[in-house]
Amino acid sequence: MISNTIHNDLVIENGIAFHEDVMLDLKHLKKVYPTPKGDYVVLEDLNLQIMKEEFVTIIGHSGCGKTTMLSMIAGLNEISGGNISVLGRHIKGPGPDRGVIFQAPSLMPWMTSLQNVMLGVNQVFPHATKSQRNDIAKYYLQKVGLEDAFHKKASDLSQGMQQGVGIARAFAIKPKVLLLDEPFGMLDSLTRGELQDILIEIWNKEKITAVMITHDVDEAIFLADRVVMMTSGPKAKIGDILNIDFERPRTRKSVLEHDDYYKYRKHLIDFLEH
Amino acid sequence: MKQTVTLDRVTKFMGLGFLMTIKSLFTGDLDKEGFRNFLRKVVVPIASIFLFIGLWHMGAKSLYNIEADYKIEKALTEQGQEAADVMKACIASGDISCQPNTLPSPAQVWESYRSLLRDHQIIKADKDAFAEKTATLNAKRIAEGKDPITYTGRPSFVDQILTSLKTVFAGFLLALVIAVPIGVIIGLSKTLRSSVNWLIQIFKPVSPVVWLLLVFMIVKTLTKDSNSDSAFIISFISVGLCSMWATLVNTAMGVASVDKDYINVAKVLKLGPVQKVFKVILPSSLPLIFTGLRITLSVAWMVLIAIELLAQSPGLGSFVWEEFQNGAVDSNSKIIVAMFVIGGIGFLLDRIMLTIQNAISFNKTSGI
Ligand SMILES: Nc1ncnc2c1ncn2[C@@H]1O[C@H](COP(=O)(O)OP(=O)(O)O)[C@@H](O)[C@H]1O
Ligand SMILES: [Mg+2]
Repeated sequence: MISNTIHNDLVIENGIAFHEDVMLDLKHLKKVYPTPKGDYVVLEDLNLQIMKEEFVTIIGHSGCGKTTMLSMIAGLNEISGGNISVLGRHIKGPGPDRGVIFQAPSLMPWMTSLQNVMLGVNQVFPHATKSQRNDIAKYYLQKVGLEDAFHKKASDLSQGMQQGVGIARAFAIKPKVLLLDEPFGMLDSLTRGELQDILIEIWNKEKITAVMITHDVDEAIFLADRVVMMTSGPKAKIGDILNIDFERPRTRKSVLEHDDYYKYRKHLIDFLEH
Repeated sequence: MKQTVTLDRVTKFMGLGFLMTIKSLFTGDLDKEGFRNFLRKVVVPIASIFLFIGLWHMGAKSLYNIEADYKIEKALTEQGQEAADVMKACIASGDISCQPNTLPSPAQVWESYRSLLRDHQIIKADKDAFAEKTATLNAKRIAEGKDPITYTGRPSFVDQILTSLKTVFAGFLLALVIAVPIGVIIGLSKTLRSSVNWLIQIFKPVSPVVWLLLVFMIVKTLTKDSNSDSAFIISFISVGLCSMWATLVNTAMGVASVDKDYINVAKVLKLGPVQKVFKVILPSSLPLIFTGLRITLSVAWMVLIAIELLAQSPGLGSFVWEEFQNGAVDSNSKIIVAMFVIGGIGFLLDRIMLTIQNAISFNKTSGI
């Protein structure tokens, strides 16, 4: 936790950070969608640095370009200008070093949950033995509470369970960066809370740099070290960044009872309302 | 109880759910809702069958009367009163020499059905006797390296059905083997898709007759000096070519329209092309491929009859055609028997495909 605070101080006070601490670096990022009515500039001159072992949440009005930015980081969407680097290296297309948890669970419905996770594990650990790979997949499925559903067809699982498999699949390939695009947006609030807890529990253990889009202010505060606020499009960029200085591991209760909680909340809501 | 549940699922799966309703009628566990279901799914269909047969009977009867009146009238104007009376008496006596030739009645069709079965028994017995008689001779001929003597008698109705089924399956397999791989390749590439689209659009509506002629031209030359069964080859290739288009188009569509999320997952995991096709693209397009195959099989069965008829290859098609040209008293009713058999087999084939389709697809569709 201490190291996180140091990173954050560095970013805010000097505007630069030690290179080796930067996991993800977005420089002068630009995205243009050609439309019949001419080019639409979604993002322009967007700069953002995300540190190793940092959990960043991103909020912004719907349509401002959050998904666009995240899918560019994932390498699934072409970059129109500027660049994105992971550990100092410019990205070229998608790859398993950046795991993605999509808004829709995006499991292969004809596969079992184990097969879905194995699809990634087989790809990333081709030299491990079959039983080692099986163990990895089962370990993460068990972490998301699906030890009884290894051999259930993905299409037979509930939405929440499917997203759980999605989380297991993403962690099991041991990515450097985890990208999450409103992963719990389609779930009811009870399931959402459960999956947030599961996510943060695994994350506390693995400390994989995470970038998560959300439209839920409480979720943004609960999970994040920093909340990044994007301005409304067109030509969206980073509007403001809020450090969340709660200790980890956090519990929902301790966060809600913290004196700073409503201050943070007000800050974010004020931003969104202007 | 458990057994009932699985049986229930199996029959529902095959689109034969009404069987369960009949069963629960006998076992006595039929509630109010179940009773309504029973009315809707069992009583009404059976009533409609009787209604159909009744209407058919009356229609056939009035057609018979029209034809009979016309015959008597004709005898009267051409040969006078005496001939008309003879004709009238002849028709009334039921003598086959002067029966009006028109749509047969349900009873006549039933009678023809039974006579076709009897005929089959006779031919089968004849065949068995032949096989027995020639068994030792054939064994000797085979030992000497000569072709065995085969039965060359007339095929029975059942033999014709089996021949037709054989041809349709051969044609269907051909369609599958050609259309699925090509469909996958076309579906994968947008450029390829737009460049061969015109070809598909032009060939798809071509009539079975033209395909038959085309295949005939080619196969005739190719099989000139071999004594293979060219009628069979010609008809199954034509059936395959006519019917493969639905599978081709559906496969290409299925492959081209794989959910973007799945493709993104494949991209993030950096799956190789082979893995991408076999683990992601093919499974996700299987439902559409099977929809295509189901259409292909029903088209194959439909065009088969016409193609057999034209190619003079044995089977139900030539059975119908021969009966039509034959013009015997019971020819018309035999044609109707063939019609029901053709329809029934078509229905069964479709049910089989639907069952496979349901078993394979991950988002269950209920059959119609
Ligand atoms: N493929 C595309 N072509 C054209 N415009 C697009 C495309 N994808 C997104 N947009 C537009 O870009 C803007 C940002 O979209 P998106 O990144 O999905 O927003 P958010 O995720 O913040 O809601 C929206 O106005 C959207 O209509
Ligand atoms: Mg979005």
